[in-house]
Amino acid sequence: MAVAEAEARMAPRVVGESVAQRILRVAAKAPVHIVLIVIGLLWLVPTFGLFFTSLLAPSDIAAGGWWQVFSKPSLATLQSYSDLYNNGSIRHSLWTTLQIAVGATVLPIFVAALAGYAFAWLDFPGRDWLFVFVIALLVVPLQMALIPIFSLYNDLGLFDTVLGLVLFHTAFGLPFAIFLLRNFFIGIPKDVLESARIDGASELRIFLRLILPLGLPAIASLAIFQFLWTWNDLLVALTFGRDTQPITVAILSQLSEFGSSIEIIAPASFVSLVLPLAVFFAFQRYFVQGLLAGSVK
Amino acid sequence: MSGTSITAEPPPREAPPSHARGAGDRLRKWAVAAAFLGPAAVFLGVWIVYPAVRTIIRSFFDKDGNEFVWIDNYKELFTTDLLRTAIKNNALWVAVVPALVTAIGLIFAVLTERVRWSVAFKTAVFMPMAISLLAAGVIWRLMYIQDPDQGTLNAGIAAAKAVVSPTGVLPTASPSTPQLVGQPGKTLTLKKPLQPGDVALLGLTAIPPEAVPAGAAQAVDPQPVRNGITGVVWRDFKPGGGVVGKVEQQEQGLPRVKVDLRESGGKRIASTTTADDGTFAFDDLDAGRYTVAISGQTFAKPFGGFSWLGTKLITPSVMIAYIWVWAGFAMVVIAAGLAAIPRDVLEAARTDGATEWQVFRRVTVPLLAPILSVVFITMVINVLKVFDIVISVAPGSSQAEANVIALAMWRISFSGVAGDFGVGSAIAVFLFILVLPVLLLNVRRFRREV
Repeated sequence: MAVAEAEARMAPRVVGESVAQRILRVAAKAPVHIVLIVIGLLWLVPTFGLFFTSLLAPSDIAAGGWWQVFSKPSLATLQSYSDLYNNGSIRHSLWTTLQIAVGATVLPIFVAALAGYAFAWLDFPGRDWLFVFVIALLVVPLQMALIPIFSLYNDLGLFDTVLGLVLFHTAFGLPFAIFLLRNFFIGIPKDVLESARIDGASELRIFLRLILPLGLPAIASLAIFQFLWTWNDLLVALTFGRDTQPITVAILSQLSEFGSSIEIIAPASFVSLVLPLAVFFAFQRYFVQGLLAGSVK
Repeated sequence: MSGTSITAEPPPREAPPSHARGAGDRLRKWAVAAAFLGPAAVFLGVWIVYPAVRTIIRSFFDKDGNEFVWIDNYKELFTTDLLRTAIKNNALWVAVVPALVTAIGLIFAVLTERVRWSVAFKTAVFMPMAISLLAAGVIWRLMYIQDPDQGTLNAGIAAAKAVVSPTGVLPTASPSTPQLVGQPGKTLTLKKPLQPGDVALLGLTAIPPEAVPAGAAQAVDPQPVRNGITGVVWRDFKPGGGVVGKVEQQEQGLPRVKVDLRESGGKRIASTTTADDGTFAFDDLDAGRYTVAISGQTFAKPFGGFSWLGTKLITPSVMIAYIWVWAGFAMVVIAAGLAAIPRDVLEAARTDGATEWQVFRRVTVPLLAPILSVVFITMVINVLKVFDIVISVAPGSSQAEANVIALAMWRISFSGVAGDFGVGSAIAVFLFILVLPVLLLNVRRFRREV
């Protein structure tokens, strides 16, 4: 996150401050530090709870809380993870999730980049009206599409396929993607494009050789968003899939069974959040940028 | 993520120079634009616009789609209990969650503003944004287990409670004779008033062997003392039968029981705890009448845990989980807005003698108002569509009480053998109408900025 910003906003150190003054200044902020540490830890507890639960044998989970791991570290076992690895249907679900997330990340970015370029740099009648229409689609709830697409997919044989899910995610990812990319592309200096046009480059060439490379930061933000969004989806997959189950649907079906099997649910949930977390930590900066571009000036 | 509200608009620009020379050129421009926009148009048309129109039409037809029923499906929204519960709950969500998330985000953003390690804090709070709401639901389902030995939240409350009011030494016990009166689990008072020199026999039964406090020894018949009241609290039960109300061999004294001494007016004047053999004594008493009672603390039940996932608390419980996920979003966006406030404005206020609170209330918050409203509106849209977290936190037994619009729409349309696409479509349209003001707001903002 904006580290440099935070540093820059640090209270300016007073020049010529005595040691006593310094101690006072730090002590005055102690309550804030303590409050933040406590809240920060509280925020982490639930996730750690899941992790430590996944390390316990089912009988130990039934006997007590995840904090047993601290009093009796010998209880920790990777048994449930190795069971999970040998569980064919969960492995298949993870693979399905990855296919959906990758497909539904690449496709909308490509489609949105084309449209974003047209909205930003092509001159054609009705452009602004069309763009306003795209903006209007931003908040249309996907519930508005579930029933007709369900029927359509049944007719076209797209029901219960990865492709069907990818196409649906692509469509509903587009308004935000077009909005974000158009706004980024429009900031590219005009001279760069003009000189390319004067040199006789085709619009496609300009798009591929200039816009895409220059738009990479925005595309990265978008990719992370779209990947997390589709990896974490439940509703769409639940509606248009039966045997095509991404991990969220697989966990949910375990959760709703009578006498839910915690030894599957806990490790499967943890595995399902490892990849999004890794993506988040690796590309935090882009993620935050995308968030800010999407919501505020 | 979805349902993002917008204000962003890059600086205005002039249109690219127009080389338009007649209809041919115009057509060419259209063709190029169409080539670039085509794929997006197909996706938006087939997957959003066409189904949206279909859904609106479908909402006026019955379950099978054959009969035009006008607004009957919409009437169901406000007449069936299931849907009324869902709408009521969703209204509660809108009333509570966006405001709370925005407020928490603002507090976190302000608190971290001048802290050196704020990045670590922000990462911890923001992290849940990356994981699925389903996983978040599983996480909180574990947090909410009722048994304090398993559920984290109840374990925390139990620990805090143990400090304030510890569990009694005898959670289950009842008087062995009618001499000892009181509500079950509350203070037990010896009916007969006592005078100095008397002996109080406080017999208890219905104590399982394993519930007898550790260290209990053979009960002893207390000796009377001249200026005091003595007595014994003991387990008035002898395997194989005994005499009720009499201390006998093999009957154990009950240690660490709190005994109160009250004067005739009822005011407590002294307390003591029993020894291993169950005996206690109040010495140096003035002549008069006293009553002796076993304190209610003795029978305090251990904390059984709040039923977070039960039908009463389920909606607040789901909301807590959701706030845990979204607070980070609000914090990050508001923090970015905070960073954009010019330093000298705040300094000027401080120089003029404003307190930190005044600066916050009169300068910071008004300057942040546009961002706060964006966060708030984004959250309203998200909350209207809330689905995953409800289905994953609420167990089957309380899902009816936790119901929300999106969940009801899905259940009515797709779960079970034959879904009702008529009512399902009507619910979807209802949801759409609810977000319509935001849609218009977005469009107006954009039109103004262009």
